[in-house]
Amino acid sequence: MERASGYKARVKRTSPRSRILKNSIMAFISGGTICLIGELIARLFIRLGVEKSNAYILATVNLILLSAILTGFGVYDKIARHAGAGTLVPVTGFANAVVSPAIDTKSEGLILGVGAKVFTVAGPVILYGVLSGTVYGVIYYVTNLFMG
Amino acid sequence: MLLTFIIGGAICVFTQLLIDLTKLTPARILVFTVCLGVFLGGVGLYEPLFKLAGAGVSVPLIGFGGAIAKGVAEAIDAEGAIGILKGPFEACAAGCSAALVFGYITALIFRGKPKRL
Repeated sequence: MERASGYKARVKRTSPRSRILKNSIMAFISGGTICLIGELIARLFIRLGVEKSNAYILATVNLILLSAILTGFGVYDKIARHAGAGTLVPVTGFANAVVSPAIDTKSEGLILGVGAKVFTVAGPVILYGVLSGTVYGVIYYVTNLFMG
Repeated sequence: MLLTFIIGGAICVFTQLLIDLTKLTPARILVFTVCLGVFLGGVGLYEPLFKLAGAGVSVPLIGFGGAIAKGVAEAIDAEGAIGILKGPFEACAAGCSAALVFGYITALIFRGKPKRL
């Protein structure tokens, strides 16, 4: 009886549904924490007299720097193994995706190694960001032409 | 501050569910998130969300997309059609430059080991 319930508990623990729940909770806590750190940095800059929109840009830049350092020491990937999307979607995950291949391809040279591979993930992100931005820009321009 | 945590966390949960339920790769998730940000900016939802949650929406890559949409609209208002092409890069300049510069410097300093992505 004891063994049967232990087995059941183990099945339940490793079943997809409970894994998805656990992943979601980890993503919520880690993602929320990173955003909170960003907010604190932004408010610090605002207190120092930086204009609001620039303060949030500076918060992003500082998170990128932090993530680059943590990635360099191999710490970020260790956290990411548990945090999942919580460390992927924040800008720190973007920085990690830029820094990580850059470090790994150092042996292939600084031009076609680091220089090219730094865009492995940044390339698609920037491309599709700019692409959807221009599509929106055309729509915005045309509607303004006819409406305003 | 509480809303920053909750909304930022919720965005991450949403993408975590995308990963677990659809098996999208991390790179696709990032691209999707940026495009979602541009869309939210385009339909006018990004700014109210940003006012509510601050870094909770600007730190996830949605903020990257939101900034692009805002930058495009501002560039077009200021300079007309050429803003369609100038706007996207102006808006994401700081983030892109920071990631590339810090990435390069880190690559120079640290030695790599095989990793997945």
